[in-house]
Amino acid sequence: MRFGVIRFPGSCDETDAVQACERVPGCSATLLWHGDADLHGVEAVVVPGGFSYGDYLRVGAIARFSPVMESVIRFSREGGLVLGICNGFQVLCEAGLLPGALLPNTGLRFLCRQIDVEVVRASMPFTADCAAGERLSIPVKHTTGRFYAPPDELQSLHAHGQIVLKYAGGHNPNGSLHDIAGVRNEAGNVLGLMPHPEHAVDPLCGSADGLKIFLSMAHAHG
Amino acid sequence: MRTVDRALALGLTAGEFELICEKLDREPNEVELAVFSLMWSEHCAYKHSKKLLRQLPTSGPRLALGPGENAGAVTVGDGHVIAFKVESHNHPSAVEPFQGAATGVGGILRDIFAIGARPIAILDSLRFGEPSSPRTRYLLDHAVAGIGHYGNSIGVPTIGGEVYFEGPYEQNCLVNAMAVGIAREDGLIRSAAAGVGNALILFGASTGRDGIGGASVLASAELGEQDAAKRPTVQVGDPFAEKKLLECSLELLDRGLLVALQDLGAAGLSSSSAEMASKGEVGLDIDVSLVPLREAGMAPWEIMISESQERMLCVASPERVAEVLEVCAKWEVGGTVIGSVITERVLRVLAGDEVVGEMPVEALVDDCPLYDLVVEKPAAGLYPAPVAVLDHDVSDPRAILLALLASPNIASRLPLFEQYDCIVQSRTVRRPEQADAAVLALPGGGAIAVSIDGSGRRVACDPYTGAVEAVLECAANLACTGAEPLGLTNCLNFGNPEKPHIAWQLTEAIRGLADACRALDVPVVGGNVSLYNESGGGPIYPTPVVGMVGELPSAARAGRAGFARAGDAVAFAGPFAPRLAGSELSKLRGEALAEGLEPVDIAALRAAQEAIRDAVRAGSLSSAHDVAEGGFLVAVAESCLAGNIGVSLELGPNDELERSLFGEAPGAGFVVSGPRETLDSLAQHVALDVLGTVGGDVLDVTAGDEVHITATLAELQAAHGALAALFP
Repeated sequence: MRFGVIRFPGSCDETDAVQACERVPGCSATLLWHGDADLHGVEAVVVPGGFSYGDYLRVGAIARFSPVMESVIRFSREGGLVLGICNGFQVLCEAGLLPGALLPNTGLRFLCRQIDVEVVRASMPFTADCAAGERLSIPVKHTTGRFYAPPDELQSLHAHGQIVLKYAGGHNPNGSLHDIAGVRNEAGNVLGLMPHPEHAVDPLCGSADGLKIFLSMAHAHG
Repeated sequence: MRTVDRALALGLTAGEFELICEKLDREPNEVELAVFSLMWSEHCAYKHSKKLLRQLPTSGPRLALGPGENAGAVTVGDGHVIAFKVESHNHPSAVEPFQGAATGVGGILRDIFAIGARPIAILDSLRFGEPSSPRTRYLLDHAVAGIGHYGNSIGVPTIGGEVYFEGPYEQNCLVNAMAVGIAREDGLIRSAAAGVGNALILFGASTGRDGIGGASVLASAELGEQDAAKRPTVQVGDPFAEKKLLECSLELLDRGLLVALQDLGAAGLSSSSAEMASKGEVGLDIDVSLVPLREAGMAPWEIMISESQERMLCVASPERVAEVLEVCAKWEVGGTVIGSVITERVLRVLAGDEVVGEMPVEALVDDCPLYDLVVEKPAAGLYPAPVAVLDHDVSDPRAILLALLASPNIASRLPLFEQYDCIVQSRTVRRPEQADAAVLALPGGGAIAVSIDGSGRRVACDPYTGAVEAVLECAANLACTGAEPLGLTNCLNFGNPEKPHIAWQLTEAIRGLADACRALDVPVVGGNVSLYNESGGGPIYPTPVVGMVGELPSAARAGRAGFARAGDAVAFAGPFAPRLAGSELSKLRGEALAEGLEPVDIAALRAAQEAIRDAVRAGSLSSAHDVAEGGFLVAVAESCLAGNIGVSLELGPNDELERSLFGEAPGAGFVVSGPRETLDSLAQHVALDVLGTVGGDVLDVTAGDEVHITATLAELQAAHGALAALFP
C-alpha cells in the first residue's frame, strides 16, 4: 500500500509518520505538499501532528482550507482511508470529517507523556490487528487535546461504535469526555486520535504498540 | 547631544569612542555609532573574556568545526557530524521570561542550521531564586512555557536539561539553551562571504523595531530598577516563521545554491554582515532601503541593528539568485537581495543611492580593545548563607533523605520536562530521567548522548574546583549511558568582570575548565559568555554551564539510571571521597558557603568513568547512575524511583554516616546494578563494593546494628514529586 503523509508548513511529525508507514511490510510512503491538490495516487492518507500554519488561530482552522485538504475531503467521501494524528485529528474535525472538537487540556499546558490507550473496537480498518480491550503504550504530546462533543452527539458516537480508542483508567491526560482518545466517522474510513502511534513503532524508542494501527490499515487495504 | 555623549549612553567608553574616531579618521555618524556600539559591546566582542578563553583546548581528533563558526561540530563516523552550542538569554528572560526564553531557543537553533545541520535536540540550563518567591515562580512558569512554545512548535525535541534554585539568581535568572544538530560532513557550510559581485540575500521575517540595542543596553549591563522599561529591547519569537526558515535554509543548502550562510542574532544585520565579510576577507554593500520592514519610517541605523528574529543572510552567485528566491517562495519565506560582495574591505551602508555609513570591517570585528582583568581573590565570602529549611537537630537519615529528595534542586524535573516534546524526530532512545544523559539514535545503529550541567553554588565555593567538577559531572553522566565524550560547549555566566572579585571567579573557573578538558582530552568546540549578571541584590553565583556530547557504539545498549530487575546485585563504584562542604544538605541546613572544595584527582575519576562506560557498553549492567546532588543515598533512591522497584542494602557500621550517605563529590561515585558476576568483573577495573539486592517496593538500608532506614517507593515518590506544586 502507498501511504501519503501531508506536509503543511508547521507540520512536525510528518517524517516520523513516513518512517512509521514504511515499517509496515510491503508499504511505502510519500510526502504530499499542502499546496498541491494532487494526491498522486496514494491509497491512504495520514494527516500528521505539528502546528499547521503555526496554529496561531484555532488549531487546524487554517489547514482545513489548504488545496490538499480539499482533495483529502473528496478522497474520504469516496471511501479512502484517512488517519489524523494529533494536529491531524484537529484538522479533520475542522474539516467536518470527524465529529466533535478538541479543546485546550484541562491543565492548560502542553503535556508530553507515555500513556496507555485502550482499544474499544478491534475492527477494520484501523484496529483489526488489536484485540478489544488491549492496552497500547503510546505517547501523547499536545496542548489542545480534550475531546468534546455535545451529549446527544456523544450518545450517537457510542451507539454507532465510533469510539475506537480511549485512555486507560487514570491515563486521561487532557480531560477528554468519556476518556475518548480516538474516534472514527460513521462510515468508518476516517480515524482521528490524539496519541501518536507513529512515535510508538520501535521498542528502542519506548514502544512498538502504535505500529498495529498502521499494520491494520495495510491489512484493511488487502 | 555631542557624539561622545551619545556613545557613552550606548555603552561605549570614552577611550573606545576615541579609538573608533581614529579608525574612521573622523567622528562616526549616527549609523556608524549604532553599529560600533553593538559590535564593540561585551556581548559581541567578548572584550573582557577573549584573552582568558584562549586557555581552553580547542583541538582534537574528532573535531570537525571549532570555535569561531556559528556552532562547533564533531565527527561521529559514517560521514556524519554532530553540531552543538550553548548560549545564554539571561537578561531578556529576566525582563520578559516567556519571549526571552523562547527567542533564546530560536537563536541557538539558527546557529545550528546556519552551518547546515538539522537541529535534532534542545537542552536547557535554568537558574532561578528559591521557589518560595513569587518572582521565581513567575519566571520559572513563563520561561518553561516559552521554551516549550518554541521547541514544541518547531519540531525539535527538548531532551533534557537542568534547573537549580538558589537565592542569588532571584533577580537575575539564567536561561541557557543548547542545541544539537546533525549533518553530513560534506554538507557543512561556512559563514565566510566570498566572490566579489555575488549577491547578499536577506531571507526570513521582515525587520522591525524589536530588539533594538538588545546586545548592548540589555545584555552588556547589570540589571537595575529600570528594567521594565527595557522590555522593548527583548525580541518576540515566532516559531512558525523559524520552522519555515529552517526547512528553507536546509533546502537551499541541499540544492547547493549558497556560497555562505549566517544567522542574524545579537546586533542583527550589523554583526552578521560584518562577520561574513571579516571571515571572507571581503567587503559588503548593504542597501537598507531594500530591507523589507514591518513598519514604515525606520531609520537606517535602526534597520542595521534591529534584532528582529527568524532572519538569515546568505551569499549566492548572481546566476543562482532566481533559484534561491524560488525556494524562499516555496516555503513562504520572504527573500530579498539587499547588497553584494565588494573587494574593498568595508561595510558600506546605503540608503538608496546615498552612502549613510562606511566602516572598515577589521575595525568592527577585530579592533575592539580587549581588556585585561584586574583580579583579586575576595577576602571574605561574597554570598550570604542560604536560608535554613532543615533544622540542624534533624539527624535521622530517613528524614534527611526525604528532605533532600523534596529539595527543589533534587526533586524530579518531570513537571518541567513533560511540558516539552522529547520524542519528535523519532531518535530519542533515553528520555529525561530515564538515564543520566539523553540518548539519541543515529543512522547506522550508533547513538549520541548529551548532557548539560553546572552547579553555581559549588563554583561559588571554589571557582577552580567547581568548574573542574562541572566537566567531570557531565562526563560521568555520559559514562552512565556508555558514551565517550567527544566535545564540549560552555556558557560562562558571571557577574560584572570589571569588579576584581568577579574577575577572579571568571579567571579561576576558566582555568578549571581548561584543566579538566585537557585531562579528559575533550576539546571545547564553542560557547558563549554572559557577563554583568548582577542586580541590586549582588552578583549571581558564578555559573559555568557545560554541555557535552558523547558517542556510544550501540543505541540498543544505552545505559539506564533505574534499577531494572529484582534479584540484581547493587554496588557502589568509584574513587568517591564525599564531603558535606558545598553539599545540598549543607545548603538545606543554611550553612555558609564553604571556602574551598577538596581538590579533584581528575585522572582517577577519568579511569573510573571509563570503567563504568565500558561495562555499560558491554551490555551486562542493568543500571548505572552517577552520584550527584544529595550524595549516595539520594542516588540510590533515584535509581529506585527511575526503575519503580525497591532495594535492600547493608552498608556496615560507619562513624561518619552523614558524610557517607549525603556527602558529595561530583563525577566520582556510581550506583550500579546487574548480575553479581558482572559486578565482580567490574571490580577489577574500579574500586567497587557490592552492597545489596534490587527488589520489593521499599528502600531498606542498614548500617551496622544501630542504623536502619526504610522508606516505601510511595514515600520516596511523594517527596520527589515536590516540583509539581509549582505548575498548578
